Amino acid sequence: MYSEVVMDHFRKPRNVGIIENPDGKGEVGNPICGDMMTIYLKIENDRIDDIKFQTFGCGAAIAVSSILTEMAKGKSLEEAKKITNSDVAAALEGLPKNKLHCSNLGADALHAAIKDFENKKSGVEAKEPKRKEIHTHKDGEKCYCPYCDAALPEGTTYCKACQLNTVEDHH
Amino acid sequence: MEQIINLDHLSANPILPEVQEAMIQAMKDNYGNPSSQHKLGDRAARALESARESVARLLNCNDSKEIVFTSGGTESVNHAIKGVAFARSEKGRHIVTSNIEHNAVLRSLRRLKLMDYKVSSVPVDEYGRVNPEKVAEAITPETILVSVMHSNNEIGTIEPIKDIAALCSEKKVPFHSDAVDSVGVVPLDVQDLGLDLLSLSSNTFYGPTGVGALFIRKGTSIWPLLDGGVQENNKRAGAENLTGIIGFGKAAELAMRDMESRKTHALDLRNTLLKELPNYIDGYIINGHPEFCLPNLLSISIKYIEGESLVLLLDDENIALSTRSACAAGALQASHVLISIGRDFADAQGTLVVSFGLENKKDDITKFLGVLKEAVKTLREISPLYPKGKEGA
Repeated sequence: MYSEVVMDHFRKPRNVGIIENPDGKGEVGNPICGDMMTIYLKIENDRIDDIKFQTFGCGAAIAVSSILTEMAKGKSLEEAKKITNSDVAAALEGLPKNKLHCSNLGADALHAAIKDFENKKSGVEAKEPKRKEIHTHKDGEKCYCPYCDAALPEGTTYCKACQLNTVEDHH
Repeated sequence: MEQIINLDHLSANPILPEVQEAMIQAMKDNYGNPSSQHKLGDRAARALESARESVARLLNCNDSKEIVFTSGGTESVNHAIKGVAFARSEKGRHIVTSNIEHNAVLRSLRRLKLMDYKVSSVPVDEYGRVNPEKVAEAITPETILVSVMHSNNEIGTIEPIKDIAALCSEKKVPFHSDAVDSVGVVPLDVQDLGLDLLSLSSNTFYGPTGVGALFIRKGTSIWPLLDGGVQENNKRAGAENLTGIIGFGKAAELAMRDMESRKTHALDLRNTLLKELPNYIDGYIINGHPEFCLPNLLSISIKYIEGESLVLLLDDENIALSTRSACAAGALQASHVLISIGRDFADAQGTLVVSFGLENKKDDITKFLGVLKEAVKTLREISPLYPKGKEGA
């Protein structure tokens, strides 16, 4: 069900671990939905000098964390901020539909870690990052259930046809 | 082909050689339609009824007519719940169930809720056992059906079905039990249990998938789920899956004959795993009732790691296993069964379901434990939940 790239990063995850006294730290997710991810950053001259991760989650979540650290390492903060969830999913040569939320977690953890660094630098009190699940379809396009492809009225979060919640609940 | 150790018999059982033979024979010379009026049809009809009698004997039915063949456990459950709900909607629209039912029950009931039925769900104790008194308390004059599973498919706990059936009978409410993971694994007698409807599946006891049955006690008020022809005593339309049903009948005969030896074999493997586990990993919880449990299933919640990752690592070593983690199920929510028995969300996510089968040997358990130890270590090293300083523990 997973691509070769996903399985490779899952079997041999890159940059696993903790950076002691990190310049930035981003934690997202919770065990309720299955995944937790922590990203640690060491920043030199506004560039990501080192990056490490810890993840509690499925194969996709671990692969996302691993490839994300490779994508971000050595990048300037401005470049790293531009890494999106779809970039991560594309680098992994795609993820199964019901696993796309794992890639969202990855970019969000990175951005939270950068934000943490910036907050520390400017002396702003760090706030708990609030995540919002992105519901993607172009304007004017119909909205479909990601699990059974039934057409859904805009704004629904529950598919009556297949009885599943269409966006994850982050408590 | 690579040799795979299957410790996921709950997902799929191989078809026994005798069952395969019976099915191949049937494909070759018994392809008729049992409803036809000619000799081909007659031959098919006799094979169909013979299979029905085998399944009826396994459950100790009064009459083989009380067995309706279906496409499997899911259809049986849907038929029992929706069929009774539709047939009795004039009498009331309230159904009682438990918190740890299979999705076939849960989602059938959720579907009925969209049609103005009301559902009460009773809690279970820390072992996943339903208290029959709680079921009785939930029954109102509007109640038209009670549905409680015979054994749980995630933790293996066996429910006090006989007691629940007696209370339902006293209150004159029909009682259905989803016994998909019990029939053919543990002895089960519909006369002794005293229930009205019971769902079963053929693959649970090494028959083909795509075949199951619903026991409907004579006199039970129920509508068909599928409308059409007059097959299955007017209870289930559509030309019968004769090849599958013949295999099902053969599997039922073998399950009855070998019940005790199969049980002993599975229990032996289960006890070995339970005994050896602490020598390989720490930080785990065994789920389910220690005494009232299926012999062929063991549920283990392993702390600080997520189940799907674990399944993938075990698969790399050719060991097939199942997890109840939300991620694996694609459900984005932890297992309702594990949450109902008091596991926290993280522990629920790290749950493995080991299910044993006829071909498993003690060596399989030893190999599994060795691989499990390494996989758990690898994943805990990555996990932010694993407490520091516990490495090497």
